[in-house]
Amino acid sequence: MSGWDRETAWLVGQAQAEYARCIDADELERWPDFFAEKCFYTVTTADNLREGLAAGLIWADTKGMLLDRVSALREANIYERHSYRHLLGRPLPCPAEHTDPPDEPRTETPFLVVRIMRDGTSSVFASGRYLDRWALSGSAPKLAERVVVCDSKRIDTLLALPL
Amino acid sequence: MTASSQLPTWPDGLTQVPYWVFQREDIYAMEQERLFRGPHWNYLCLEAEVASTGQYRTSWLGDTPVIISRGRDGELYAFENRCAHRGALIALDDRGTATEFTCVYHAWTYSVEGELTGVAFKDGINGEGGMPESFRMCEHWPRKLRLAVMHGLVFGSFDNEVEDIDDYLGEEISGRIERVLGGRTPVVIGRFTQMLPNNWKLYVENTKDSYHASILHLFFTTFELNKLNMRGGIIVSPGGGHHVSYSAIDRSAEPDAERDASYARQKIRSESGFQLADPSLLDGFSEVGDDTTLQILSTFPAFVLQQIQNSVAVRQILPRGVGRTELNWTLLGFAEDTPEQRRVRLKQANLVGSAGYISMEDGCVGGFVQRGVAGAADQAALLRMGGESAESSESRVTEASVRGFWKAYLAAMGMRSEVSV
Repeated sequence: MSGWDRETAWLVGQAQAEYARCIDADELERWPDFFAEKCFYTVTTADNLREGLAAGLIWADTKGMLLDRVSALREANIYERHSYRHLLGRPLPCPAEHTDPPDEPRTETPFLVVRIMRDGTSSVFASGRYLDRWALSGSAPKLAERVVVCDSKRIDTLLALPL
Repeated sequence: MTASSQLPTWPDGLTQVPYWVFQREDIYAMEQERLFRGPHWNYLCLEAEVASTGQYRTSWLGDTPVIISRGRDGELYAFENRCAHRGALIALDDRGTATEFTCVYHAWTYSVEGELTGVAFKDGINGEGGMPESFRMCEHWPRKLRLAVMHGLVFGSFDNEVEDIDDYLGEEISGRIERVLGGRTPVVIGRFTQMLPNNWKLYVENTKDSYHASILHLFFTTFELNKLNMRGGIIVSPGGGHHVSYSAIDRSAEPDAERDASYARQKIRSESGFQLADPSLLDGFSEVGDDTTLQILSTFPAFVLQQIQNSVAVRQILPRGVGRTELNWTLLGFAEDTPEQRRVRLKQANLVGSAGYISMEDGCVGGFVQRGVAGAADQAALLRMGGESAESSESRVTEASVRGFWKAYLAAMGMRSEVSV
């Protein structure tokens, strides 16, 4: 596993923790900053991943599309106020794929997201794993790729805030 | 349940919908019997999902679990997913390929065509036990469905009295299905399920409601993505139950070819201050070679075929209790797509589904109604936009297709035989 050492593991863990807090603290404007300039982000399900079906609930192949997601949530889309609490497991290093650039290690990180609605209803909204590839050239690791794989195919009501 | 007489009175005409129809258990049970097990065509799956011998999908006809499979003779079969013995599910997976089905409970086996072919220990052991002489396997097949395939969409019905699908949908509606699916090979590119916190009819109303589109869904407006010259309209089937809402580029309003080209290049005007950082989301292509950029089509009682730019999808609407609905999205590409076209479809999938820029609101608005009407069973919704009738119209500022749904609903439920409007 090229580029993976204790220092990298610590930095990636730190980036994950900051990513989760950014969304949970409603600081979505900073969310695209966790991604590299050239990046890919999608939210899909374990079923679709297993069957090789490419479409996602969210599918973005540019950082611009991530910025647009945030502006749409802020300016256009209508939904009842709610927040998330992400609980993340420890990033597990994974083998690189043959198309990966050198020094962009992959990790898999399990997550659990509790959704807290305006009226106080808390429920497990999603569980799954982040399949990530990290660009390490800058001071902090950036996501070159994040595939959010939800364990369940069901989404309750809507998916507004990103996972 | 025969007793529509036990129900409160439905107001005259089609302009009022009493809220009790979204709240009552007896209505739910009647709907299961008369709409989902009655003489109507309900969407089950895509033919592409059951293409090869033994390939099957499990689905639902309302509450009822069913199996759709490709038989050894190449024909499609569908039957209840319920063992003839003690009622357990026969197939547990969403899809797969089988040479036969075996119920896990007592290992009764069924052919892929839905015939009971084996009963474990039927003749007993050592002459003891077993089924009586009079037991005939052929008398215990799961109930079969009638099937109809229209341009790759598989519809089913338990009722032998159901009309031929061409008559059921009518030429205008089937022509619009053909427009999107005809002569092409659909390929599933993703499946998602959205659980809606509301009665299924509130979602059906929403899909037929062309009045709300530009009001609730602000994505296009906020980013000023509305094309300048659009024409459109709605089609309501004569019985009211099926509808199409569409919009298309109006070339007659753009005589200047130069200007036409410049609009096409720009796609976006921005005066609101908001614009997309990456407008490639909307860099599409003519879906089937015509000017129609949006076509939402619904068939009675609970099916939607959508073309929103290059996002093509089918939506199966399944009641899951009085206040809960399962919405199954199947996103489609076509075998004929170029890699660039497929990429456009993946991008434009952002417009639809649970996280869709222009459909996420539909996931919550039904719940707002369901919660809003609690305690108001004696009140009614108002449907007077665009008049009182349920007819096709060139204006989309109308609730005609919603009224059409209720017209078909009242007739199908036997709650009102003749609806005069």
